[in-house]
Amino acid sequence: MAMEFLTVYWRDMLRFFRFRALLISSLVQPALWLTLYGGAMSSNFSRFASALPLPRGEVSVSYLTFLGAGVIALTALFTSLFGGMFLIFDKEFGLLREVFASPMPRTHIIIGIGLSGITKSLLQVSVIIGFGLLIGVRFFSGRTPLQVVLDILGIFAFVGIFSLGIVFLSSAISLSMDNHEGLQAVITLLSMPIFFASNALYSIDVFPWPLKMASVINPLTHLINGVRYFAIGNDFYAMGYHYAYSTDDVMRSMLALTVFAALMFLVARWVLKRALVL
Amino acid sequence: MEQRFGDLKAVDDVCFSVKEGEIYSFLGPNGAGKSTVINTLITLLPVQKGSVSIAGYDVASQPQEVRKAIGIVFQIETLDRDLTVWEALEFHGRIYSLPQGLRQKRIEEMISLVELEDKRDVRTRHLSGGMKRRLEIARGLMTSPKVLFLDEPTLGLDTQTRIKLWEYIRKVNQAGTTIFLTTHYMDEADQVSNWIDIIDHGKIIASGNPLKLKNDLGRDMIYMETNDDEAALQIVRSLDVVKEVRRTSKGLRISIYSDGTYSLPAIMDLLKEHGVAIAGVNLKKPTLDDVFVYHTGHDIREPSSAKLSVQISARRR
Repeated sequence: MAMEFLTVYWRDMLRFFRFRALLISSLVQPALWLTLYGGAMSSNFSRFASALPLPRGEVSVSYLTFLGAGVIALTALFTSLFGGMFLIFDKEFGLLREVFASPMPRTHIIIGIGLSGITKSLLQVSVIIGFGLLIGVRFFSGRTPLQVVLDILGIFAFVGIFSLGIVFLSSAISLSMDNHEGLQAVITLLSMPIFFASNALYSIDVFPWPLKMASVINPLTHLINGVRYFAIGNDFYAMGYHYAYSTDDVMRSMLALTVFAALMFLVARWVLKRALVL
Repeated sequence: MEQRFGDLKAVDDVCFSVKEGEIYSFLGPNGAGKSTVINTLITLLPVQKGSVSIAGYDVASQPQEVRKAIGIVFQIETLDRDLTVWEALEFHGRIYSLPQGLRQKRIEEMISLVELEDKRDVRTRHLSGGMKRRLEIARGLMTSPKVLFLDEPTLGLDTQTRIKLWEYIRKVNQAGTTIFLTTHYMDEADQVSNWIDIIDHGKIIASGNPLKLKNDLGRDMIYMETNDDEAALQIVRSLDVVKEVRRTSKGLRISIYSDGTYSLPAIMDLLKEHGVAIAGVNLKKPTLDDVFVYHTGHDIREPSSAKLSVQISARRR
């Protein structure tokens, strides 16, 4: 089997670890989200969260815990969006000419970049989980060590497949654009609806219906469903809303992400085939 | 081959062949269709019409085989600035599927060929322009290609570096690699080429070895400025030793069959007899620059009148 995509992966990881500033900021940024935004919002929410009625015997998870899962998802989103963006620099700097004129099949480019996208996301997610637990995110509460390991694997599976889809998407966009200034604008614009039409920061139960529709097909929502299921549990309250995930729900979210990643792969491959680098 | 971009015929029925083992120069003004031809040969552009084969493989139907058989030094720099010299070569060897053992052997050979031993672990961003070029040549040669494409390999380099670079290229050619070269430096093309094709407006307008191309222009060339160029032209034209007379922006260009050292005084006397005053005169052997100007009507550094926007002006920032 042709393994050249590992070469693309190797180079991408080399660059990731070589850009110290990039590496450190990508690890510090989610921590800042949790401490700054999480800290600020939970102190605000806790003022009226206690006033929200809960069924007898139920306890609401803290906003920080609720947000923790959201931050995992957001980090995976932004890291992966940027993962494909490197292609436009490769294109502008002429590096893609070397690759396009080589015997390596072009799909290996996106497979390699997809793999490094997964690696970067998982690395960050591990840091967020560890750091979150330190500052009071109540993940995996009441779970045995074995269950925690399985939960983390579950989170990794969701983050991995989601990252793959987003990297393919941003790769496809990068390869169809002419310059990185335009690409930055498009990616920023794209990240807004994905980010806000999701349940990362708040519940989508009370969204107006068009927004709700958008959030239901939003891959980020499916990622967060999966992460919350594994990190918090299948039945909990947060900010007065009841969250219940059946195994079917989670499987459906996984399926949705898989379909999303597969579709994005096809799109990226299609764009790649037609891309001209002269 | 023939290549179109929309309504524009970038390459119009161009036909040429390159002999194994030779250094072949493909020259033309900017926008003449040169880049389109090269990009097609190196499989970055699809073959639209015609048939192209390299090292026995058809470019349209066997692009993979062609890619394995060629090495390329692109016109623009295509090095990853964040990789070291060794890593850049390792990456290249891996995407060309060179097995580990052979790859390491070739990397060492190439690094010593272009004398970058002490730069092995230096990131390419810290290399000088000449070193980058050498590394790119090493990279192009790593896979032991049958044909090496050199697209403006010496552009922007100082004279000393250019001379050094040509030493490597000659060495490589002597070892049996066919070289496909484009360059803006006519003196280089003159010195190294076994064969030259000149392309303009998408067509090949002159071909031959450098000596033949120069000889076709006559044995010597006289550049002359007079007080009445039209009259001078009529007088000189009828002489037996004169091959051709053309008006240039400043005066006349006279190609002659004979040795200018002796013919020039005679021509000047003749003009004087007819009352034409000569303001200035210059006698020279035709150079490849003259050949180029003669065939394309302009200097190689001026763009051709056919405007092609095919070349991407991607630059490192």
